[in-house]
Amino acid sequence: MSKKQKKNLVRIIISSALMIVLHFIEINGFARFVFYMIPYLIIGYDILIKAFKGIKNRQAFDESLLMAIATIGAIALALYSKGDYTEAIAVMLFYQIGEWFQSYAVGKSRKNISELMDIRPDYANLINNNGQTEKVSPDDVEVGSVILVQPGEKIPIDGVIVEGKSNLNTTALTGESLPKEVTIGDDVISGCVNISGVIKIKTSKEFSESTVSKILDLVENASSRKSKSEDFITKFARIYTPVVVLSAVMLAMVPPVFLILSGSEPLWGNWIYRALTFLVISCPCALVISIPLSFFAGIGGASKEGILIKGSNYLETLSLAKTVVFDKTGTLTKGVFQVAAIHPEKIDENSLLHLAAHVERYSTHPIANSLRDAYPNEADDCKVTDAEEIAGCGIKALVNGDTVYVGNSKLMDSIGAKWSNCSSAGTIIHVAVNGVYAGHIVISDVIKPVSKKAISMLKKCGITKTVMLTGDSKDTAEKVAEDVGIDIVYPELLPADKVSEIERIINGRKSEKEKVVFVGDGINDAPVLSRADIGIAMGAMGSDAAIEAADVVLMDDNPIKIAKAIKISRKCLRIVHQNICFAIGIKVICLILGAFGIANMWLAIFADVGVMILAILNAVRALFVKNL
Amino acid sequence: MKKSYKIYVDCANCANKMEAAANKTRGVKSAVVNFMTLKMNVEFEDGFEPKEVMQEVKKNCKKVEDDCDILF
Repeated sequence: MSKKQKKNLVRIIISSALMIVLHFIEINGFARFVFYMIPYLIIGYDILIKAFKGIKNRQAFDESLLMAIATIGAIALALYSKGDYTEAIAVMLFYQIGEWFQSYAVGKSRKNISELMDIRPDYANLINNNGQTEKVSPDDVEVGSVILVQPGEKIPIDGVIVEGKSNLNTTALTGESLPKEVTIGDDVISGCVNISGVIKIKTSKEFSESTVSKILDLVENASSRKSKSEDFITKFARIYTPVVVLSAVMLAMVPPVFLILSGSEPLWGNWIYRALTFLVISCPCALVISIPLSFFAGIGGASKEGILIKGSNYLETLSLAKTVVFDKTGTLTKGVFQVAAIHPEKIDENSLLHLAAHVERYSTHPIANSLRDAYPNEADDCKVTDAEEIAGCGIKALVNGDTVYVGNSKLMDSIGAKWSNCSSAGTIIHVAVNGVYAGHIVISDVIKPVSKKAISMLKKCGITKTVMLTGDSKDTAEKVAEDVGIDIVYPELLPADKVSEIERIINGRKSEKEKVVFVGDGINDAPVLSRADIGIAMGAMGSDAAIEAADVVLMDDNPIKIAKAIKISRKCLRIVHQNICFAIGIKVICLILGAFGIANMWLAIFADVGVMILAILNAVRALFVKNL
Repeated sequence: MKKSYKIYVDCANCANKMEAAANKTRGVKSAVVNFMTLKMNVEFEDGFEPKEVMQEVKKNCKKVEDDCDILF
């Protein structure tokens, strides 16, 4: 609680206590008025002062002014009739209770959400020229310095490990609970917590350019991009108060005049009372607070799950997603090539792989890497000599005296080996020993094990169309699409084609409201990310271009998070709509009841404060997204 | 030029009023007030000194909501 909140709470308690005491004491006449004014002034003096300032600044629709008019008016009516001041004071009291609760709840959620993103490192252990460590502010660490990170400390700056190994907890960044093993030479990003060993890191960025700063900046500024719902409420609030105040004036004047004209009692007191009831309901606070609070909570909850949403407006658009377009490589697939199948002829699988891995021993081609990775004992005592690269075809080498050719079908043709075709999608590597065909190995990009589940989750949550764009061949693309359950595939696209394909999809949709989401890994697809209604970059840790171009950033590369992000956005928007309908609805009902004299001021203030409290509590619900 | 300022204000509607007031100030191209993070992001028009403009912004904000503050 802040100082102001404490002070106001004390005022609320004292004033309530006085009201209770006064209720049991019998005082009459002017003394009664004086005694009742004590709790009124205790609870309302600041409102009265603000109201006075409102008059001075010509703010006719200042809430404090309206509240002051309502309560002073009610006191005047009471003075004039039976002397029941309780109502006026209660209105002020409950108004203040409402304000207090709002301030407390908002302060609390501000704190909660900033704790969720508690990744800001307070210091760095810089190793100076003498080899000693000193604690400095992360801002003061220059690029290329070496810092020490003890177990339990946060990594303050992005860099490369130069000494030690450890496990890192990346939960705060990615929502992933499994620790990540790191050792010398590995890139580490700031914001991770070092769990087990002492590590030394050579920094590769300044603090302000490091991941942790970028993320904090992104999250803190997210709710500044306002959604349509917020704009609506702001506009609504701007006209709501004047309309209600004008209606109040009309209500106080028109019916009595009409009654006089028709020859009956004008009942001034009666109508003025009803008009004052209107003023009590004229504050749009419940509405205005609950909407940004819902978005703030939604964005906060999502970032806890490793989903960074760059603005309330994107959260809103995401909730309307109907089509999800995927980039293939790195998004649905791992983006690394692995041996997918081995089809030997004459020799067994293991020896085929063995030969191929040996021939590729000295090559740095990505395919060579995957072949060597697939055969763990590559560096055994076999003799590999005379390796020779045949450009565009493959490699030839002597393995234990045998001439082994490893390469594509062109290579096989050139040496006259009779190769057989393969039905598997991917890159086919043929092997021939001493001019005789020995079989082939299929290398392909591996589908992420969770991709299939991710697509089915998307379909379950109402995505009607899933599309895949890829530069790969038709066969490979269709195979992947079939395996994971994608509806439509556009293969063999150049990066520029992807943009026009997205535009075709956007132009071809039935209505503006069916939003198109594009998911990519941020490499080469920045233009597509920005062209789609919502661009989601995944596994974008450290990729500045992707963080820049995307509207939503997934910190890890798990496609399941896409469905999760959509679910979070839907939940948040549901809450926003509930709050808008609920708050406006209750206010309108109270206004109608008040106009007919059914609702008195008590009901009006209860409705007002009650709606606000319920709307705030409902808004905070947007924070809980773990089990969506 | 764009700058971000820390603000103090108690109610969400007052924050909206501040935003409207700031936007009406001479030299301000656009202003966005974020009630949840208590920040005001101001984009200034060319040729205006942010400090001077902010003084006006603060004055205008005080008019619509007395109980507010902008740190600059």
